[in-house]
Amino acid sequence: MTNCFHCGDPCLDVEIKLEDKSFCCQGCKTVFDILNENDLGYYYDLEASPGISPEAVEGKFDFLDNQTIVEKLLEFNDGGTQVVSFLIPSIHCSSCIWILENLSKLIPEVRSSQVNFPEKTVRITLSGSEKSLKNLVQLLSRIGYEPYISLEDSDKKEKRKDRSIIYKLGIAGFAFGNVMFLSLPEYFENYDFWLEQFKPFFRWLMFAFSLPVVFYSASDYFISAYKGLRSRMLNIDIPIALGIIALFVRSTLDIVMGWGTGFFDSLTGLLFFLLLGKFFQQMTYSYLSFERDYKSYFPIAVTRLKRNQSKETVEEQVEVYEVEKGDRLLVRNNEILPVDAILIRGNALIDYSFVTGEADPIAKRSGDKLFAGGKQQAGVLEVEVLKPVSQSYLTQLWSNDVFSKNHQSSFKSLTDGISKRFTIVILSIAFIATAYWLFADASKAFDVFTAVLIIACPCAIALAAPFTLGNLLRIFGREKLYLKEAPVIEQMAKVDTVVFDKTGTLTTNQKNVITYEGLDLTPDEKQLLTGTLRASNHPLSRALYDLLAKNNIQTPDAFEEEVGKGMSASFKNHSIKVGAYDFVSFNDAPQPVPINTDLENRTAVHISANETYKGCYVFNNEYREGVSETFNALSDKEVVVLSGDNDGERERLEAMLPHGTAIHFNQKPADKLNFIKNLQEQGKVVMMVGDGLNDAGALRQSDVGIAISENTNIFSPACDGIFDASHFKQFSEYLSLANRGTQIIKWAFIFSLFYNLIGVSFAVTGNLKPVVAAILMPLSSISIVAFTTIMTQRAGRKLRIDINKQK
Amino acid sequence: MSIIYLLIAISIFVAIFFFVVFLYAVRSGQYDDTYTPSVRMLFDDELVKEDKPKSKKESKSNALNQTK
Repeated sequence: MTNCFHCGDPCLDVEIKLEDKSFCCQGCKTVFDILNENDLGYYYDLEASPGISPEAVEGKFDFLDNQTIVEKLLEFNDGGTQVVSFLIPSIHCSSCIWILENLSKLIPEVRSSQVNFPEKTVRITLSGSEKSLKNLVQLLSRIGYEPYISLEDSDKKEKRKDRSIIYKLGIAGFAFGNVMFLSLPEYFENYDFWLEQFKPFFRWLMFAFSLPVVFYSASDYFISAYKGLRSRMLNIDIPIALGIIALFVRSTLDIVMGWGTGFFDSLTGLLFFLLLGKFFQQMTYSYLSFERDYKSYFPIAVTRLKRNQSKETVEEQVEVYEVEKGDRLLVRNNEILPVDAILIRGNALIDYSFVTGEADPIAKRSGDKLFAGGKQQAGVLEVEVLKPVSQSYLTQLWSNDVFSKNHQSSFKSLTDGISKRFTIVILSIAFIATAYWLFADASKAFDVFTAVLIIACPCAIALAAPFTLGNLLRIFGREKLYLKEAPVIEQMAKVDTVVFDKTGTLTTNQKNVITYEGLDLTPDEKQLLTGTLRASNHPLSRALYDLLAKNNIQTPDAFEEEVGKGMSASFKNHSIKVGAYDFVSFNDAPQPVPINTDLENRTAVHISANETYKGCYVFNNEYREGVSETFNALSDKEVVVLSGDNDGERERLEAMLPHGTAIHFNQKPADKLNFIKNLQEQGKVVMMVGDGLNDAGALRQSDVGIAISENTNIFSPACDGIFDASHFKQFSEYLSLANRGTQIIKWAFIFSLFYNLIGVSFAVTGNLKPVVAAILMPLSSISIVAFTTIMTQRAGRKLRIDINKQK
Repeated sequence: MSIIYLLIAISIFVAIFFFVVFLYAVRSGQYDDTYTPSVRMLFDDELVKEDKPKSKKESKSNALNQTK
């Protein structure tokens, strides 16, 4: 089995050869030709099989003919130069970067292009006419890099890039380095005439360097501490802010009164490490953008039919928002219905998998109501709009209270818990020590008070969580579980109930097990059947065609497909009918095979040959690999299965899952949401695993919502994480890794406690010299960072080993 | 040794100059994407092809022949 040279997929049915290379489809070969003809073969040198199989895009980008839409998409448009920024989800390797930055060789109008790989965007500068944007987009799609254009892009608000963390980090680092050098002479307790002369000068310089650090770089901590105090919550930033203030005040007093050299080096060092931790945290978050809301799923523009002056019907491209009730719209094959509408004309075969989870398309007749979110599968439709976009059914579900609730407040992080106790303990130690010294030797009292506050800084605590969780986020990402943010990991470790959706989550849309029930077909009939199936584009026909043997394919003499019903064909003197039961059966002919009532609940393709009913092919849902093992591995937690489907699969599920697993059928999206709410009211921490849009409400409601996806770039905006379906077997391993992560954090806390004990003992005895602080504090920070990094790497490696053991 | 005042003043001035350059670099968006430049710098430069038109025609006719 050869693999396609372009995209790396195995060449299953067809193998197209060119020189010594094989391609899996015409699309891949076309991209190869385009690249070759333009001397862009280096694309294949950078990575093996870097290509992406392009999808057909007939008419898909016609809305780019509309100038208002084009204007909204362009970032800059003046004097013949246009700048546009596209999100291209299929960017995944260095070859992608190379080809997209060399677009000017493919399209003369492109002047330059620059890729931002972590964000998967490309910014292209064009010098062209109105048509050039559409040409650009079409060419990008043809080579497999289709841009993702959505409503959101159309009313984009200028997002100010928040670079403050880099500025703050830069200032802190700059000051830290300089202050360290300036304080070096005072570490060594020699008396030197010239050193004494310059002491004030050096000290005031250190003071000057520390000013921007304290007032700018540390501002976040002060603001957060103030907010915490106002809401009477002792968060982690309070002890940090306290420490910074103590450091600054004490150091300033020291140099003003001449008591000593101050602790500016520790101050700037502390802030540098803290901000470094924050920066690292931010970097790991920006991989996947989770800010898309439901609007991204709808097409940006639709085709509206209007009657013009001469009473002719004219098609115009309008933005979805301009559509009003009563408008007539044209919906093409494979397009999503943007609004609720009534079917006027056309063969409607609507796939509502987004909405209900049912993968089988439903046939609708003229006058039937069609809902937004459905995908038309057969031919062109004319529909009349019932409700404009903002009021459709899907948005009603998503306008559910659940989304407006601030999800963040329900995440109680470990760090906040510890910091509460920490602050109280430290303050009490400080006061007690000060009180003692007031009696023993009053001059040392202030010294000791500030020393305790300075040294007992939770800087290590503030670093342990970001670095551990940040590393874990990356490790999870490597194993194809993309989490939204670090607190999700802490929640995952607390989960005690896991709810699975059935369709699309436990079942895969890729494989179908097809069994035949009925009278056997003769070889002639089988051949005719295969030839008939080949001519049809219907997903069921294609799946069935793949299954049957393909020897001696004969093209039928006559072929007719009635969309939504079935096909009839004849060859020589044989005739065959394939499709829905009503279509295939003959009312006047005898029916020797009794109708199996079970079949009402299954997807079946019926066959009748030569006017005799023969039987049917039944499509069974194929469950993903490892469902049983995963459920068994989760035995320490309560597991529930919810399904939008009917009962038909109950026996199969009960056989696969451990005894006593609760399985509920006929759950509508609202039912799933309420089920989870109930569990939470019982005090459980619920994790929901679903496949996307139709359980969006439930995903959002649960404490951790994971969307499983065959293609990790199409996902539900409501989830806390996305999970690549191919790694389903490893699911329980992920939960145990999250557990290990929280354990590592706890160990890091204990570690830092150790440092704090040493430091505090120096402080209460009045022995805290600047040099001691300058050594202890960075040391504790660095060692905590090193510890957490090493431990998380080890945990990640263990995960790899466990996963490989399973395979 | 009072020259030290002058020396330190000069070195601080140089340091601040670099700092300002840093601020300017951040402002112009160089730090927005810290990953892609690391990949980009490993790309090979294109060799100047002298017989470019010839090789283009050759590869085009090859492609045509194969698709027959």
